[in-house]
Amino acid sequence: MQNTIIIDGQEIIFKDGQTIMDAALAAKIYIPHLCHYPGLTPHGNCKLCTVNLGGKSVSACTTPAMSGQQISNNTAELNEARTTVTQMLFIEGDHICPSCEKTGNCKLQAMAYHLGMLDEHFSPFYPRREIDASHPAILLDRSRCILCDLCVRASREIDGKNVFAIAGRGIAAHLIVNSSSGKLVDSDIDVSDLATNICPVGAILIKEQSYTIPIGKRIYDQQTIVEVGLQEAISEKTKHDHD
Amino acid sequence: MPIAAESQSDHLLHVLYTLQQQHQHISNQSINQVAAEFNLPISQVIAVAEFYSFFYRSPRGRYHLLFSNCTSCGYLATGKNLLLALGQRLGVVAGETRADELVSIGETSCIGMCDQGAALLINGLPMVGLDADRIEQAAQLITAETPIEYWPAEWFYIEDHIHQPGLLLENNGSPGDSLRVALKCGANETLKKIQQSGLRGRGGAGFSTGKKWQFCRDAPGLEHYVICNADEGEPGTFKDRVLLQNYAGAMFEGMTLCAFVIGAEKGFVFLRGEYRYLLAHLQTILRQRRQSGLLGKQILGQNSFNFDIEIVVGAGAYICGEESALIEALEGKPGIPRVRPPFPVTQGYLGQPTVVNNVETLIAAAHINLHGSDWFTVIGTEKSTGSKILSISGDCLSPGVYEYPFGISIQQVLDDCGAANVQAVQVSGPSGKLLGAADFKRKISFEDVSCGGSLLIFSQHQDLLAVNRNFANFFTHESCGFCTPCRVGTQLLKNKLAKIINGRATVDDVAEIKHLGLLTNQYSHCGLGQTAANHILHSMENFPDVFAGCLTDNSYTPQFDLDAALEDARQITLRDDDAAHLKN
Repeated sequence: MQNTIIIDGQEIIFKDGQTIMDAALAAKIYIPHLCHYPGLTPHGNCKLCTVNLGGKSVSACTTPAMSGQQISNNTAELNEARTTVTQMLFIEGDHICPSCEKTGNCKLQAMAYHLGMLDEHFSPFYPRREIDASHPAILLDRSRCILCDLCVRASREIDGKNVFAIAGRGIAAHLIVNSSSGKLVDSDIDVSDLATNICPVGAILIKEQSYTIPIGKRIYDQQTIVEVGLQEAISEKTKHDHD
Repeated sequence: MPIAAESQSDHLLHVLYTLQQQHQHISNQSINQVAAEFNLPISQVIAVAEFYSFFYRSPRGRYHLLFSNCTSCGYLATGKNLLLALGQRLGVVAGETRADELVSIGETSCIGMCDQGAALLINGLPMVGLDADRIEQAAQLITAETPIEYWPAEWFYIEDHIHQPGLLLENNGSPGDSLRVALKCGANETLKKIQQSGLRGRGGAGFSTGKKWQFCRDAPGLEHYVICNADEGEPGTFKDRVLLQNYAGAMFEGMTLCAFVIGAEKGFVFLRGEYRYLLAHLQTILRQRRQSGLLGKQILGQNSFNFDIEIVVGAGAYICGEESALIEALEGKPGIPRVRPPFPVTQGYLGQPTVVNNVETLIAAAHINLHGSDWFTVIGTEKSTGSKILSISGDCLSPGVYEYPFGISIQQVLDDCGAANVQAVQVSGPSGKLLGAADFKRKISFEDVSCGGSLLIFSQHQDLLAVNRNFANFFTHESCGFCTPCRVGTQLLKNKLAKIINGRATVDDVAEIKHLGLLTNQYSHCGLGQTAANHILHSMENFPDVFAGCLTDNSYTPQFDLDAALEDARQITLRDDDAAHLKN
């Protein structure tokens, strides 16, 4: 008997060990997500991938797929909640798209478009967070950080380093750098690290590269976040199959 | 010194605490030193130091005073702002350290002294019964730099206030009694007794203790662990304080019993940092139990029965009452709740099968094993057997600890503690239920109103919105920051509530706060966020007039005061004429 789960009425096959997110992406079903990246240990902090499993809200990225699960994903109620959560991420930091180098390449922005978010709704918090421009090639602007933890995991799990961590509690949580000075320049980060390149927003940027691709020709000018999300899963799978 | 050897001084939280004691804060140098010593990334040590409220990255005063901000033992409890009074008297602002580094003051979440009047922690030691006089005297002692050991002893004397003992509080048993019974009838029979007693977790969640022990016992692992959750942080709860002070032997006995059943050789008590003053007392009892052969190698002469207990002291984080966050803290990490499943019974401390039980649950288990399950099931209700120990505080004549059979009505409790003219009762703390008179006939039990142990009473003269504001501040402060709905949602709820309290809100704002509250509850990662909006939602449901009475008739008002926002511009342009003001 095959292992199957049902997402929005569609029955899909899953392999042992897969989460609902893994199974969905493999079956080309998009579940909105920001803190998940195929190949990294799922974390479940952004809560955009919340789906309804038998009346309960669960994170698709951390919940194991189990035979017979009935899951709602693309519903008006869930998408409305996802919009509110996205608005929360916008107002918590400084996300002024027109003046951000990452515009067009930013997953938060693309998510807002995907969900049809028309405004930020809440009053912005305008946090005071440190900018770290110490590194010759990499800029860290914490005011745009959404605390997704992707750079933390990428550095630890893929780059074999430990460049980032999240410190502080509650609304004071912030990204820190693992070096004696706390500055990027004294860390062992490299431009080619996955940690440098995985940032879904404009918090970690490669210097002097921000406008090599003009606005209008950027990732989400060509594709939707749905297409990109599904491609990331495929390329991870291909990589895996070659291993 | 034997105490140092027993207090697991090599735990990361303890090392940080000791360094802070020496330097009044955790300096960068200390961070580097600890990182090297523990072979940890610097960032991980910083993450821990910045997570817990009682750790400071900049110097505190030699006298460091943290006022409780609980509705019962907080600095506003006497009707006067004691925090402000002391700050003005000593010339120091809350959250800051005076320039001469003599004194710093601040506020902290409930310190579990709700039956003792207004209270604070001075250099970690609870000082109770605060009033304006005592604050003035304290200011003089601080100014004179009198060491705390020379301050009046009665300021630090904490009475038990056990007003109504029951099944557990009346029985203290002799050390080892329950264990001897266990050894005689074996682990299977012992577990069966716990299961037959119907004992459910006393922390509030109410999971079957017998089932938990069974799952853990059956789970494969290199080691098994038993953890006592002595991190009662729910504002208004102090029954574990009284239990730790008077019934710690039974608690350790319960842990040892659990170890016998699940096959653990190691146990931990995670003691909340606010109760550090109880550490020496608990160590003494542990020492006595070792000497009596009730802990250590070959307990009561049984060859294969080895078990010992270490106490780890927390550092100010309500979230560590959540069992997986507690385990993270025990592992020397920030107390961020894990993704569950897997549950601790299969993957807990260091990834091994672990039982986490509340203080009261373990004490009950020890007694059930000694007296038999029938002794327990004859009282209580069908689904909530036995008794419940309540911490009662707020507007009543006799705040303190009361033990009742499950199924007692809230009205009966109110009558017993001398509460008259009651407007509302917050059952089980801010994360529980806010109930009005219509619900006082309801019963405390898992099948009706479940209660982890806190009952906060608010009389008719209390401003419920101020209570809501207090609770909203609490959750904002205690949110761990891991997930978006809780991290941002608790802050937004706090801001929205402020708008209502300031009389700037419209009906739309009420709808909005409800929407936000439901979203925070539904989409948060753990129990903290999932209950953080309860108090507001219950307030709206049970006391609709409270909100309606504060609203403006306008269809829309901005979040901020437009005219006040122009103040900077007026100052810069040296204007204060009519045209420089907006009409409201």
